[in-house]
Amino acid sequence: MSQVSVSERAAAAGEVPVTRAPYFVRKKKGITPRSIAVLVFLTICALFFCVPLYVVVVTSFKTMDQIREGAIFTLPHIWTLEAWDHAWNHACSGIKCDGLKVGFWNSVSILFPSLILSISLAMVTGFALALWNVRWAGGFLFLLFICAFVPFQIIMYPLIVMTTTTKIYGTLWAVAVIHAVLAMPVLTLIFRNYYKDIPTEIMSAAMMDSGSFWRIFFEIIVPMSGNILIVVLILQITSIWNDYLIGVTFGGLTGQPMTVNLANLITISTGTTNYAHNMAAALLTAIPPLVVYFLVGKLFVQGVTAGAIKG
Amino acid sequence: MPAVSFEHIVKRYGAVTVLDDLNLAIEDGDFLVLLGPSGCGKTTLLNLLAGLLEVSDGRITIGDRDVTELDPKDRGLAMVFQSYALYPTKTVRGNLKFGLAASKLPSEEVERRIAWVAKMLQIEPLLDRKPAQLSGGQRQRVAIGRAIIKKVDVFLFDEPLSNLDAKLRTEMRLEIKKLHDELKSTVVYVTHDQIEAMTMATKIAVMDGGVIQQFGTPDEVYEHPANLFVAGFIGAPAMNMRSATLAVKAGKVEAVFKSGARLDVSDYPFQAPARDGLPVVIGMRPEHFTIGEPASGGTAQFTLPVLSAERTGSDATLYLTFEDEMLALRVAPDLAAGLRVGSTVPVQFQAGKANLFDAQTGRRI
Ligand SMILES: Nc1ncnc2c1ncn2[C@@H]1O[C@H](COP(=O)(O)OP(=O)(O)OP(=O)(O)O)[C@@H](O)[C@H]1O
Ligand SMILES: [Mg+2]
Repeated sequence: MSQVSVSERAAAAGEVPVTRAPYFVRKKKGITPRSIAVLVFLTICALFFCVPLYVVVVTSFKTMDQIREGAIFTLPHIWTLEAWDHAWNHACSGIKCDGLKVGFWNSVSILFPSLILSISLAMVTGFALALWNVRWAGGFLFLLFICAFVPFQIIMYPLIVMTTTTKIYGTLWAVAVIHAVLAMPVLTLIFRNYYKDIPTEIMSAAMMDSGSFWRIFFEIIVPMSGNILIVVLILQITSIWNDYLIGVTFGGLTGQPMTVNLANLITISTGTTNYAHNMAAALLTAIPPLVVYFLVGKLFVQGVTAGAIKG
Repeated sequence: MPAVSFEHIVKRYGAVTVLDDLNLAIEDGDFLVLLGPSGCGKTTLLNLLAGLLEVSDGRITIGDRDVTELDPKDRGLAMVFQSYALYPTKTVRGNLKFGLAASKLPSEEVERRIAWVAKMLQIEPLLDRKPAQLSGGQRQRVAIGRAIIKKVDVFLFDEPLSNLDAKLRTEMRLEIKKLHDELKSTVVYVTHDQIEAMTMATKIAVMDGGVIQQFGTPDEVYEHPANLFVAGFIGAPAMNMRSATLAVKAGKVEAVFKSGARLDVSDYPFQAPARDGLPVVIGMRPEHFTIGEPASGGTAQFTLPVLSAERTGSDATLYLTFEDEMLALRVAPDLAAGLRVGSTVPVQFQAGKANLFDAQTGRRI
């Protein structure tokens, strides 16, 4: 309101108004009790996560001597990377003392094959189910839907038997393949639903232009999958990286991912617990998915089909 | 040799029969327009021809090939879709190139064709843009380009102009017509728009309820509609229809309207001898009326009250009351301006131009 009267006065006084007043002035919302309540609530929530995180981070930079003083909120007297170095290079898990880096590289070598396997299979299957004339597609979809709700624990034993007979049990491959297999139903459903929204006329055009399943898939469909790929990537990377159960079950002694490594290192340490080492190890394990969030989240793009249809 | 023929085509969706025993054949080089109300099966017919849908029964041939069982890409057709259906992630060039995906041409030939199409449709400056960066008319041209780049003998268009504004539509209409003349190809074109149909077609098939009501040249369809549906569907303002009974007396045939008014239809080219007392429907085109006293004999005369007048710039539609219903007349705009609502005007109808339909069967007699 005030803006209108100001410029009106300016006009009346014969001055040239710098900006024209808006025709419809929106009421500015002030701070209401309700918004204060919301702010307080959000602050508490933020603190709930931030305080422990703060403690973990500062502790990982402290020396053991300072930790023994017991003041967990103080900043380190001397900032030291000793704990990080130890956790990465020398921490003991069982009898081996090669640090977390072993687990890290294991996790990486589980992550990539498993991502490639699960996403590529799910994309092709989703595409076929959504846009291709597949016999029994409806029944197959229903089956997938059911599968998506079967808890892992129920099929754990059969899966162990299957991996043992195929002689991959206890290797990184077992973990990677099991991850891929378990993710398939949900991922296929996600891709299928995404592709279902591609205008049928684009598919019809592609059928007339090329008619080749793979050519249409790679040239038309894959480039249009950017958005959903990012969603699925984030979903898969975090779930694979943070998984413990599959890793501990199928990894054996040599195929342990970083989480299993971390757990061993924290629980099976002898003598006094070195909190700095443990905190650094925990942070090291948590950082990769965070980095992925920040990097990949930025890539979100809008409007995959922009321009395809009249507009 | 017919370029395209449909023989006994049946198309069902589950229990719904959309097309039932449809037959249609067009010649090489024809520009066939499928015209009809929404939901009558035009798109279905086009998709059957393209192979995007499977026929439930019947046979489709293109040239002398039976294509009923062929995949879309093997039918030697190109189609322009109602929604353009450009590939959003490809550039204009990429879209055009993908149009040739199935043809396995050497890359110099592909480049030559892209250049040819781009020049013809004036999209050369747009070749490296994505569809999202084009205007509606430009997208339309790219969509047409992606079809003609294939240099096939038969092109299919499904309401390609329906979402454009009036000016662009007129331009594109002329362009498509010009393309047809240049490429000498056969075209099957679906539209709702009568003006498109009348101006572009060499043959029109008027469809209703999955049945072809009439198939003929635009003039035939307009001047000699085969039945009441076609008569009422083609033409704007629509043909005026009135019930009447035939009275045959001493070689003279008259139509007697309900109110008792008479119209001498002896000049009408009856397909079968007129039968006395036959109930008929008389169709009168708005432009076959003239206003004023008769200059000579041979024209029927009515004196009718004015209901309203609509002027649309270049011409005007006058609405009179005849037989308790509205009668539309096309008149000169300045004439319409001079008339007062409620006054009466003398009206002549050129009886030779009447259309007579059997009231029971709806067929032309
Ligand atoms: N998949 C389907 N299942 C059942 N009925 C369908 C299906 N597709 C179309 N139809 C029916 O078939 C009839 C013809 O549809 P079609 O799309 O050919 O109409 P059209 O003449 O192209 O109409 P418009 O001018 O509105 O585009 C319609 O009555 C429609 O309801
Ligand atoms: Mg249609």
